[in-house]
Amino acid sequence: MTELADTAPAAPLIKPKTSKDDRIMVGFILVICLYLLITLAFPLYAMLSKSFSTYAFDLTNFEFQVNAGDGWSEPFSAAEQNDKIQKFKPKDLVTSSDGRLATTEFFPDFSFRSPTLYRLRQVRGDTSFLFGTERVDDTEWHEYSSNDFRRIVIRASGDTGLDNFRTYFSTPALFRSIENSLFISFLSTIITVSLAFGFAYALNRSTMRFKGLFKLVAMIPILVPSLLPGIALVYLFGNQGMIKGLLFGESIYGPIGIVIGSVFFTFPHALIIITTALAISDSRLYEAATALRASRWRTFWTVTIPGARYGLISAAFVVFNLVITDFGLPKVIGGQYNMLAVDIYKQVIGQQNFEMGAVVSVVLLIPALLAFGVDRYVQKKQVAQLSARSVPYVPKPHRQFDRICLAYCSLVAVFIVGLIAVCQYAALIKFWPYNLSLSLDNYNFEVMDGGGWDSYTNSIQLGLYTALIGTVVVFVGAYMVEKVNGFFTTRSAFQFLAMMPMAIPGMVLGLAYIFFFNNPDNPLNAIYGTLAIMVICTVTHFYTVSHLTAVTALKQMDREFEAVAASLKQPFQRLFARVTVPVCLPSILDISIYLFVNAMTTVSAVIFLYSPDTTLASVAVLNMDDAGDIAPAAAMGMMIFYTNVGARLIHQFVSRKLVRTTQAWRGG
Amino acid sequence: MTVQNKGEPGSAKPYLQIDRLTKKFGNFVALDSVSLEVYEGEFICFLGPSGCGKTTFLRAIAGLDIQTSGTVMQDGADISALPPAERDFGIVFQSYALFPNLTAERNIAFGLENQKVGKSAIDKRVNELLELVGLPDQGPKYPAQLSGGQQQRIALARALATSPGLLLLDEPLSALDAKVRSHLRHEMKALQRRLGVTTVMVTHDQEEALTMADRIVVMNHGVIEQVGTPTQIYREPDTLFVADFIGAMNQVSGRVNSDDRITIGELSFKSRTHGLASDAPVVAAIRPEDIVPRDPRDESEAENSLEVEIDDMEFLGSFWRVSLKSSALGEASLMADLSINATRTLAAEVGSTIRVALPADRLWVFPPAGSL
Repeated sequence: MTELADTAPAAPLIKPKTSKDDRIMVGFILVICLYLLITLAFPLYAMLSKSFSTYAFDLTNFEFQVNAGDGWSEPFSAAEQNDKIQKFKPKDLVTSSDGRLATTEFFPDFSFRSPTLYRLRQVRGDTSFLFGTERVDDTEWHEYSSNDFRRIVIRASGDTGLDNFRTYFSTPALFRSIENSLFISFLSTIITVSLAFGFAYALNRSTMRFKGLFKLVAMIPILVPSLLPGIALVYLFGNQGMIKGLLFGESIYGPIGIVIGSVFFTFPHALIIITTALAISDSRLYEAATALRASRWRTFWTVTIPGARYGLISAAFVVFNLVITDFGLPKVIGGQYNMLAVDIYKQVIGQQNFEMGAVVSVVLLIPALLAFGVDRYVQKKQVAQLSARSVPYVPKPHRQFDRICLAYCSLVAVFIVGLIAVCQYAALIKFWPYNLSLSLDNYNFEVMDGGGWDSYTNSIQLGLYTALIGTVVVFVGAYMVEKVNGFFTTRSAFQFLAMMPMAIPGMVLGLAYIFFFNNPDNPLNAIYGTLAIMVICTVTHFYTVSHLTAVTALKQMDREFEAVAASLKQPFQRLFARVTVPVCLPSILDISIYLFVNAMTTVSAVIFLYSPDTTLASVAVLNMDDAGDIAPAAAMGMMIFYTNVGARLIHQFVSRKLVRTTQAWRGG
Repeated sequence: MTVQNKGEPGSAKPYLQIDRLTKKFGNFVALDSVSLEVYEGEFICFLGPSGCGKTTFLRAIAGLDIQTSGTVMQDGADISALPPAERDFGIVFQSYALFPNLTAERNIAFGLENQKVGKSAIDKRVNELLELVGLPDQGPKYPAQLSGGQQQRIALARALATSPGLLLLDEPLSALDAKVRSHLRHEMKALQRRLGVTTVMVTHDQEEALTMADRIVVMNHGVIEQVGTPTQIYREPDTLFVADFIGAMNQVSGRVNSDDRITIGELSFKSRTHGLASDAPVVAAIRPEDIVPRDPRDESEAENSLEVEIDDMEFLGSFWRVSLKSSALGEASLMADLSINATRTLAAEVGSTIRVALPADRLWVFPPAGSL
């Protein structure tokens, strides 16, 4: 029988015909892939290549001839002349892409009134010089009078290499930042994770009162820019601080301030992760521990901690990443203490040294990428743990323990509310510490640096556009990549691109945008300096978390819906509109509020991208603080806070209403 | 193994022709060159243990997971490579996949809308279908407000709404409790017969297959073991796997003795031998209800009869299942189903000795498992 089978003609191989739905879906995926390539991959590539491009004056390529009335001299190069007069050392000749060098520098006795004539030529055509604004890149001899000759500058010529990195690591002021950043991040991570674990433990394992209130308070820091706690700390512990004495002479400007502020703004992020990890623990394990007469202490170390370990690790890496990539806080309270993210800003905005800015960005990318990688790995493990069927733990009253928990949570809550209250107080008084009468003067933003009330309305616009466009792009992208059949390469490429933004610090993304979009050769150059580029940048910056939210919601839907719709000859668009979107509406609203709040508070990516017409509230806080208008900065920060609170309330109201009208089916 | 279509109704024409279908997932062969013909109006069940390839087979027919090689013809047209939307079928999944945010009637109407059908015509059709599945008043309810059985019937109505030529059912009853399941079994079968729609159902429940199917396709390890009517499958299993998988079956090892005899232990039995060589090892199989107790007063030496000792008795309501041993058979023990009457006449009890016969036409002989 086997022989027979061997000789029978083989059954034809089937190449499945792709359906119209699949082709449309892949089209969508490719469009969003292209979007992510343009808004993420290409700018990053531009930044990387920038970090390797070096600029120097190539003196060997310029030759002079001089005629002081006694005929033309033999041609001699600028390099020979430099050797003769010992003017520039090699390191003086290293410059940036905008470097200029006046040719008169090579003639110590140059006078523009002398009748001397000069000739200049380039040996090869790969350099250029400027005569006034006229660019010359040929290899002809050009003759100038001394009066014209003083208007000539040599331009730097580019090369690629590791020189920028060599400079970086041989400049102690720069590479010291690595150590500082790592130190601050480690310290903040340990403190935040410990504090958040205690808080989550109290919420999960005690029967104390006011749990709902504590949960609300703990989320406050998400609603404000990371630099706001910095301002509050200045008021509390600054040179004229309210309770400055508590620091015993130490300065708040520096590591102490950065760490306290970092703990404040990373606390809710750690809390969310650890709460989830504790919530999935199995009560049966605790029953077993009790039955085995294990002490509370022993149970804690053998059941609670191992159960929450992935949550703790994940929280630690998330906090680490947030601190090391944060820019606003160290900018406000860091003083002379240099951190990587601030270095990028200083190099680019302060010194206009874009190449060095790119180098610092690359350095900052490494710990951020590492933290991201470990976090992803750990998250996967946690999911596996979640799928086990466990019985949720229900805490029993225990008076003393509950009282300790209440006291602890109250302390943390006072810390959070306290910093916000200080900001509000600072915003409302006339002139700390001399005139403590209340006034709204500080809200008169028009008279301050930072863009006035326009920057507030710009921020609202940015928030709304980001929420609207971002939600549509993210949800449609997630739907297509989850539901399309086949096309594995395209799908994995998309998934990779969607995960990438989480690993890219905002400062790095913003700088990358300068390199990519500010290039005159780029057809997209027109959006540079507009609100559009900031919307795009913000959507991309916060893409990953939104994408994961959408994917989680989509995975909870029956995976046969598409098969049923296909069997009923209905295009997927109809299923998407009639079923997928209505069912996922709560998650879709969550994505939009997440994007809105982050667009309102973000500073890092947009700091490089705003123009005088598109200043933002969060950037205004920074700039007013920079200019010494700290009270107005606090006032603007509080405006952001109240706006986000308002947005949250609207979100909650709309969600409830929608759930009631469109999700009547959920009740069962 | 060549597939024999034993029970096809002579007059009907093949509606579905499946030729040497193979489906590979990486190196794993989920379906291995499977061929089958399904006749118009037939109710076919794919039956087998989990992982046997039955769901893969169904999804290949639907175009949801298209086969690696082999062809599928539906109503004379080659649909092998077509995506699901370009095929003609309705499908009910184990989860029902009802759209949770649409009412029962909107679920049923989903496939009718967007098809140039007027609104009143749609309403009429929806009411007709609700009537058909016996839920005329449940239209305005959401799926979450319906019981499991009701949800199943709404899913069926939705699948039938567009009057597809082929109805595919992927374990449609397995999410229901036993009582609802047996009730719906009859209802679905009656409905299918009334509509005359060609139906393929996947199930791992042999009772379901035996009661509902016109023909059963027994599958194992990605190949078809046997195709036949429920009685054929039960009474005349082609392979040891089928014999073992469907119903209860005694299995005893033995050897071929001659053309029409086999040896088990020290005893020789008259039996079919399917042309197996003399002395070839075989497995002899007989169903418990086919073991016939002999009247102790009947002294005649009947064929294939032997003395056995009752080792254990289990009361199963309408009959006794007794475990029988005989030193002549060696280690093997036999299960026999004895009627209440028979046990009374035989005065059977644990430890007593009775005489039973293994009728030659009820005794099946197969090559041992794994020897193919």
